[in-house]
Amino acid sequence: MKRDSWQRSAITSSSVGFYLGASLIALCTLTPIILIAFAALTSRAELYTWPRSIIPTKFSLDNLKYFINAYGVLKSTFNSILVAMVTILLSLLIGAPAGYALSRFRFRGKEAFKLGILITRMFPTSLLAIPLAVMFLRWRIYDTILGVSLMHTSLSLPFTVLITASLFLKVPYELEEAALTLGCNRITAFIHVSLPLILPGLAAAGIFTFVTSWNEVFAASILTVQNRTLPAHIMATLEASPLNFKFAGGFFMIIPAIVFIFIIRKYLLSMWGISVNK
Amino acid sequence: MDCRRTALPYFLLAPTLIFLLFFFVVPLFQVIGLAFSSEHSIFTLRHFNRMFGDIYYQDAVINTLKMAVIIIPIQLVVAFLSALIINKRFKGSTLFLYIYAIPLGISELGAGLIWLSIFTEKGYLNSILYQLGILKEAVIYLSYQSPQWIMTAIVITEVWRATPLVMIILLSGLQMIAKDYLEAADIFGANWWQKVWLIILPLLKPSIQSALIIRTLLAFQVFGPIIVLAGRLFPVMASESFFWYTLIRNEHVAATYALLLMVISMIITWSYLVFLKTKDEQVGVL
Repeated sequence: MKRDSWQRSAITSSSVGFYLGASLIALCTLTPIILIAFAALTSRAELYTWPRSIIPTKFSLDNLKYFINAYGVLKSTFNSILVAMVTILLSLLIGAPAGYALSRFRFRGKEAFKLGILITRMFPTSLLAIPLAVMFLRWRIYDTILGVSLMHTSLSLPFTVLITASLFLKVPYELEEAALTLGCNRITAFIHVSLPLILPGLAAAGIFTFVTSWNEVFAASILTVQNRTLPAHIMATLEASPLNFKFAGGFFMIIPAIVFIFIIRKYLLSMWGISVNK
Repeated sequence: MDCRRTALPYFLLAPTLIFLLFFFVVPLFQVIGLAFSSEHSIFTLRHFNRMFGDIYYQDAVINTLKMAVIIIPIQLVVAFLSALIINKRFKGSTLFLYIYAIPLGISELGAGLIWLSIFTEKGYLNSILYQLGILKEAVIYLSYQSPQWIMTAIVITEVWRATPLVMIILLSGLQMIAKDYLEAADIFGANWWQKVWLIILPLLKPSIQSALIIRTLLAFQVFGPIIVLAGRLFPVMASESFFWYTLIRNEHVAATYALLLMVISMIITWSYLVFLKTKDEQVGVL
């Protein structure tokens, strides 16, 4: 096995220090997550005592129960899931064809289109959310699932276009051509040949879109009043909430995100490392 | 037939273009409209004057810039070191990669709440310091009397939450560096520092540029941790835009803040592109 010699030499020279450094960063990353889990599982009474032990003397699910049963939490969780689903659907339906076109065709304006897609990713969310709120009021979709979903789609669409383009690029066009000569048309060739090959990547892109939407708080808070998503609900009730509600809420919100990121861990690099090299 | 073939890509792009027209281009003009007009006049600078005259305005601009200036260099260094570590591909490096990447999935709000549990009065930081005998009694970190601590808490939260994104960008850049260069350097007897300074960093420039642009733009928009940890004690432009919309119910001034934020973002992006010039074939954008 050919290992890169420059890398190996660095390891052997200070391998203890190396592992120590690597573990230190890992520890700094993990500790806060473990602490919020402890905070969420500490009973309310203990949370307010001083001095307080780091590991709760008795693990209790009371805070989480209190949080889930609190007014508006279940409904906003349901809204969040719904918004994320609609966002995934819209981004894939709208963005995947564009990704396919980018990967399969050479046409005038392709570079301009790519550049335009990249530029849209530079807009501050606040720049979109505030005019969209005014627009949605006029269109009567303010404070609706659809409104927030459209907003989240505009955030995730550029990403969906680029990621689907890179997925399609990995499926050689010759495979589709072969299917064409064997009696498929463009659509059936796509469905029978390309789609199954990119399905895992597509699923990962969908999960990523889900996490983005599930996490988004600024626009969701601006665009909703009654039909809040979970982050918008937590944000709106933040000042009036006791600490145990906040900690349980934080824990409740981050768990699905961590699980999903774990599922798509293999795709993390290719997702963020998208480059527009020719 | 040829005609259909050339029309097809445009047909496929149409939905995206139409969507972006409605949800990017139109809002962009609308935000300009909101900022410069009111019910009574087509053009007015009233909203700008109101923003400039607001007691939070100056702090908001200064804090926004200050945060970016402090956070981004720390992130670059930590992310670069983490990326170098992962790129060694030692036994278990994928496990480390996953651990380092966990905060990628955690929202601004979630990260804010996590660090609230640490920095609050009876929180973990005080508890740990007390049990180590360093503190006699709890220190109040998040109050108007300790602006430095508020800032520190926000910086730590942001570094913790957003460094993995920079790491992933740099790591994918590292993986594109051809091993030949480093092998050649080995032959000439280069040490580790020389390899980092003379080969890895220059070749990594496009990725560093992308990471800088993304991180700066995102740093200007940070909102969740600030609201959770500081409320309005640490005003930034994004949170002011939010408060003007939700509390004061004035979408005009909110739009003015958003517009100002975008202008600053554009100037900074442009200066990164100019000052960190990369060759065309290296453009590893975003």
